[in-house]
Amino acid sequence: MLSLTVFAPLVAAALLLAARRLPDRVVVWAWVVVAAGEFALTVALWVTYDGEGIGHETDRPWIPGAGAAYHVGVDGLSLPLLALTAVVFLMCAVHTLRREGERDVRRFAALFLALETTCLGLFAALDLILFFLFFDLSIVGMYLVIAGWGHGARAARSALRFFLYTFVGSLALLLGFIGLYAASSPHTFDLVELTADPPLRGEGAGGALVLLAVCVGLAVKTPTFPFHTWLPPAHTDAPAAGSAVLAAVLLKMGTYGFVRIAMPVLPDAWRTYALVVVVVGVVSVLYGALVALAQTGFKRMVAYTSVNHMGYILLALGAAGMLGGGDTGTRTVAVSGAVAQMVSHGLITGALFLLSGVLWDRAGTYAMDAFGGLAGPAPRFAALTALAAFASLGLPGFSGFVAEFQIFAGSLGPAPVPTALALLGILVTAGLFLRALHRVFLGPPGSATAPVHDLRPAETWSVVPLLALSVAVGLAPRWLLDTVEPAARRVVELVSR
Amino acid sequence: MSGTLLWTLVLLPAVPGGVLALAGGDRGGRGPGRTAAVVAVAVAAATAVLALLAAVHRPRTTADFLPGGPLALAVDGLSAVVIVTVSAVGLLVLLFATADIGAGRPRFFGLMLLFLAAVLLTATATTLTGLLLAWEVMGATSYGLIAFHWRTDGPPAAGTVAFLTTRTGDIGLYLAAGAALAGGGTLALDALPALDGGWRDLAAAGVLAAALGKAAQLPFSFWLSRAMLGPSPVSALLHSAAMVAMGGYLLLRAHPLLSATGWAADVAAWAGALTALALGAVALAQRHLKQLLAASTAAQLGFVVLAAGVGALAGGTAHLVAHAAVKALLFLTAGVWLTTLGTQRMHALRGAARGDRSVGVPFAVGALALAGVPPLSLWATKDEILAGVERPALYGVALGAAVLSAGYAGKALGLLLRPPGRGPERPRGPRPAARLPLAVLALGAAGLGALALPALGGDRLKAVLDASGEPAAGAGTMTATAALAVAVTTGAVLLADRLPEPARARNWLGLEAAAHALVVRPVLAAAGALARFDDAVVDRAVAAAARAVRRLAGWTTRADGGVDGLVRGVATGTRRLGAAALRPQTGQLHQYYAQAIVLLTASVVLLLLLR
Repeated sequence: MLSLTVFAPLVAAALLLAARRLPDRVVVWAWVVVAAGEFALTVALWVTYDGEGIGHETDRPWIPGAGAAYHVGVDGLSLPLLALTAVVFLMCAVHTLRREGERDVRRFAALFLALETTCLGLFAALDLILFFLFFDLSIVGMYLVIAGWGHGARAARSALRFFLYTFVGSLALLLGFIGLYAASSPHTFDLVELTADPPLRGEGAGGALVLLAVCVGLAVKTPTFPFHTWLPPAHTDAPAAGSAVLAAVLLKMGTYGFVRIAMPVLPDAWRTYALVVVVVGVVSVLYGALVALAQTGFKRMVAYTSVNHMGYILLALGAAGMLGGGDTGTRTVAVSGAVAQMVSHGLITGALFLLSGVLWDRAGTYAMDAFGGLAGPAPRFAALTALAAFASLGLPGFSGFVAEFQIFAGSLGPAPVPTALALLGILVTAGLFLRALHRVFLGPPGSATAPVHDLRPAETWSVVPLLALSVAVGLAPRWLLDTVEPAARRVVELVSR
Repeated sequence: MSGTLLWTLVLLPAVPGGVLALAGGDRGGRGPGRTAAVVAVAVAAATAVLALLAAVHRPRTTADFLPGGPLALAVDGLSAVVIVTVSAVGLLVLLFATADIGAGRPRFFGLMLLFLAAVLLTATATTLTGLLLAWEVMGATSYGLIAFHWRTDGPPAAGTVAFLTTRTGDIGLYLAAGAALAGGGTLALDALPALDGGWRDLAAAGVLAAALGKAAQLPFSFWLSRAMLGPSPVSALLHSAAMVAMGGYLLLRAHPLLSATGWAADVAAWAGALTALALGAVALAQRHLKQLLAASTAAQLGFVVLAAGVGALAGGTAHLVAHAAVKALLFLTAGVWLTTLGTQRMHALRGAARGDRSVGVPFAVGALALAGVPPLSLWATKDEILAGVERPALYGVALGAAVLSAGYAGKALGLLLRPPGRGPERPRGPRPAARLPLAVLALGAAGLGALALPALGGDRLKAVLDASGEPAAGAGTMTATAALAVAVTTGAVLLADRLPEPARARNWLGLEAAAHALVVRPVLAAAGALARFDDAVVDRAVAAAARAVRRLAGWTTRADGGVDGLVRGVATGTRRLGAAALRPQTGQLHQYYAQAIVLLTASVVLLLLLR
C-alpha cells in the first residue's frame, strides 16, 4: 500500500499528460480527486500503523551492485509528514479550482502530481540512494514550477538560482552518503542497517567530515543561516501553490533528513558538534525573524519567517544531542516538538502562502504599504490571514504553540542560554506579523486596496482545512503526539548511545 | 461528572465565542448583530451560574495534552473567588455592551466570550501548559478588542503595543516551563516551589515577569495607557476586572514559589508598592477620565502585587475582587459619557455626574470607593493588605500610594461634580440595559469591603482561601486611614481644578518613549541592517563564490601554462567545469542535470571499484 501511495500520483500525472483533449475544469477536478485519494491513503497508512518500529515495509533489490535497494517504510517520524504532504497537495489542487486558475493547467497538475510522488517517496525512503533520488527530483520539479508558472520578470532567474543552490547542496549530501557507504561494513546504503550499526564510530575526523557534508546538504534545503538566500526570491516569484508546497513540504526534507539520517547514523559526531547545530539554530531563529521584520513585501516576509521557524527545529535537535543537561525525557520533548514543528509549519505557512497569492491575483503586488484597510472589502480574507498570522507567531490554541512550547521546554535544560535567546524570536515574529496585519488589513485604505475583493469559495476552502488542522493539533495534540513521541524517544536513544 | 462541569465552564463561552468572532462584523441594528448580543448575554449568564456551581463543588479534572504538562483544571478557594468575580463582572459588562456597541457586534461579542473563556481557564489551570495557553489567548483577544475600531491607525497600533508588551513578560512563562521540566520533570504549578536550586529561581523570575507584564506594573505599565483606545466595555472587563487582574491572581497563586526563593517575594512587594505610588502620581496628573482610570488600575493592582509579595493573600484577594467591581463600574460610566457627550476630557465633562442620576450616583460611589473612603470597599481591603506589610519603608510607600488614590479619585469626582461651565447641557440618560449593570456594580463597589472585615465576611474569605493565620487590620489603623482618605479626598474635590499636572507624570513617566528608544528602535535598526547585510553580503557571497570558481579555474590554467600536458589537461578540465557551472545561467537546465547524472554514474562506478 505504501508503494501504491507513493507512485499513484506519478501514474495519474502520466495519464493527464497523455489525455490532451480534456477540458481544464475536468483536469483540475481529476487532480482534486487523485489528491483526495492520496490523502485517504496516507490516513489509512497512519491508522493501520501498529506503533512499533517500521511499518508497511518493502525491501526489494534495486542496484545490488551498488548496495542500493528499493527499501521503503514508515514510522512515527514519517507518517505525519506523509499526511502533511498529502494535505498540502490536496489544498493546492483545491486552490487551483479558483476562477483565475493557472495557465496550461494540465501540465501544471501533472507536474504537481509528479512532485507529490517525489515528496511522498522521500519521506518513505529507507535507502540513502532512494532518498537522494527523490530529494533531487523534487528540486527539478520545483524548478519547473517556478520557471514555468512563476510571476514577475525575474521568475526564471529565481528558479535557476533555487535549482543551482539546492542542487549543489544535494551534491554535498551525496558526498556524505558515499562517505557513509564507504565507511560501513559490509558496504550499504540501507538506512535501517546503517542505523543499527552506525559507521565511523569514534573516528573523529571521518565522522565529522561526513556529518559536515550531510549537514550542509540538508541545511541548504532546510534552509538555515547562511544557506537561505535562495529561499526569498524563489518564494516571491513562485505561484501561490508552488510556494505552499515549497515551504510546507520541500523544506521539511531538510529537517526530516536530520532526524532520519544525521542523528541516528552519526550519533557520535552529532553529540560532538551538537553545540554547533544549536548555535546555527539560534542564529537562524533570530536572523530570520529580524530580516523578516525589515521586509516590505508580504510574501518575502513570510519566506524569511520560514528561516526563523526552521531554526527552532535545529535548536531542538541540537539540544537533544547535548548530553550534559536534562534526562532522556526532557530531550524527547525537544525532538517531539521539532517533529510537531515540521507539521505545524507546513500547515500554517502553507496557508499563509496560499493567502498571499490573493494579493498578487487581485492587485499584482505584494508590497504591504500599497494596501491597508483590506478588512473592509475582504473580511474573510482578513480573518483567515489574521488566524494564520497568530498561528504562525505561536499563539496557543494553534499547532505552532504545541511545537514551540515543547521545543523551548525541552531545550532549556540541555541548552539554557541559547534557548533563552531563541525565545526572543517569538517576540520578533509577533511584532512582524502584527505590523503586517496592520499595514495590509487595518487602518485606512491604500493605493492597491480597491481591486481586492473577498475570497472565493475555492480560495477559502484551500485554506480553512489547513488552519482547522492547525487548531486540531493545537487544542488536542494527542492524536499527533502519540505517534510522534515513541519515534522521538527512539531518536534520542539512538543519538545517545 | 465534576470534570464535565469544569470543561463546560470553559467551553460554554469559548465555542460560541469562536463562532461569533469568525462570523464577521455587521453594520449594527437588528439582524446578526442583535442575535450576537442576545446569544452573548445568555451564554455569559449561563457561565456565571456554572462558575457559582464550580465554586461550590470544587471540581478538578485533567486531560492529556503535552508531555509532562496535561491540561489540568481545578477549583480551589482562590480560583472559586476569582471565577465567580470574573464571570459576574463579565455578564454585567456584556449586558451593558448590548446598549453601547453598535457596528461589528458579532466580532465584539465573540472576542469577549473567547476572552472570558480564557480567563476562566487561566484561573482554574493547575499546570503551566494550561496556564500559558489561556494566558496568551487572553493577550490575543485583548489585541482584537483594543483594535476593534480598526479603520484608523490608532487602535491597531495600540493593540500591537499591548500585545507585544505583555508578550515580553509572557516569555517568562516559557522560561518557567522549561525550568520546571528541566528541574523537576513536571509542569504542575504546585510543584514549582520544590524545583532544584537555580531552576527554581528561573521559574520564579519567569512567573514574576509574566505577571508584572499582564498586571501593567512597572516597567510595563504604558501598554495600559494605549489600550484605552479600545471600547469602554473592553476597558471595563479586560483592563480592570479580568486581564490585568490575572497578573495579580498569578502572583497570589504563586506566593509559595516566590517566598521559597528568598528574593522573589521582596521583588514582587517592592514592584507592587512602587507601581502603586508612581502610577498613582500618573493618575493624579491625567486630564482624560479613561487615562486616569487606567493609571489607577495599574496602581490598585500594585496593592494586589504587594499583597502577594508580603503574603497577605486574603487582603490581596479581597482587594482584587472589590477593585474589579469599582473599576468596571467607573469604566462603564466613562463609556456612557463618551457615547453621550463624545468626550472623555474631564474639563469638558464638568457636571456630567450631576446629570442623569442613574449614572452620576454609581460614578460617585465608585470614585469614593476608589478613594478609600469608609465604609466603601477599597478602604477595608487596602487596610487588610497594609496589615500584612512589616517593613517600615514598604509601609510608607504603600501609605503614600493610598493617599494618592484618594487624591486622584477626588480629582475626578470634583471635576465631574462641578457645575457645568456653560449652559445646562445635560446628557441624555443611557438605555435601560446599561443602567442595571451600573446599579449592581455600585452595590458591589460599596459593599465588597465586607470581604476584609472579619465580622462580616473576612473570616469566611480567609477560611475559603486557607489563609486563616494572616493578620487583620486593627481598629486604630482603620480609623486613621479612614480619616486620612476622607481628608485627602475632600481636599482633592475642592482643589480639583488646581491640582498639579506635571508633564512627566501626565506622560506616564515617559515609559513608552523609553521602551521605544531602548528596545523598539534598536531592534528595527538591527532588522534593517541585517536585511541589507543579507542582500549585500550573504547573498552576494554565493554569487561571488560561483565567480571565484571560474576565476580560479582560469588562474590555474595560466599558472600551469608551462607545466606538462597532463597538468594542463587537468587545468583545462577544471576551466571547462567552471565554464560549465556558469552555463546554466543561460537557463540550460537539462545540461546541468546531465552533469549530475554523469556525476552520479561516476560515483556509482567509484563505489563498484571500492568494493
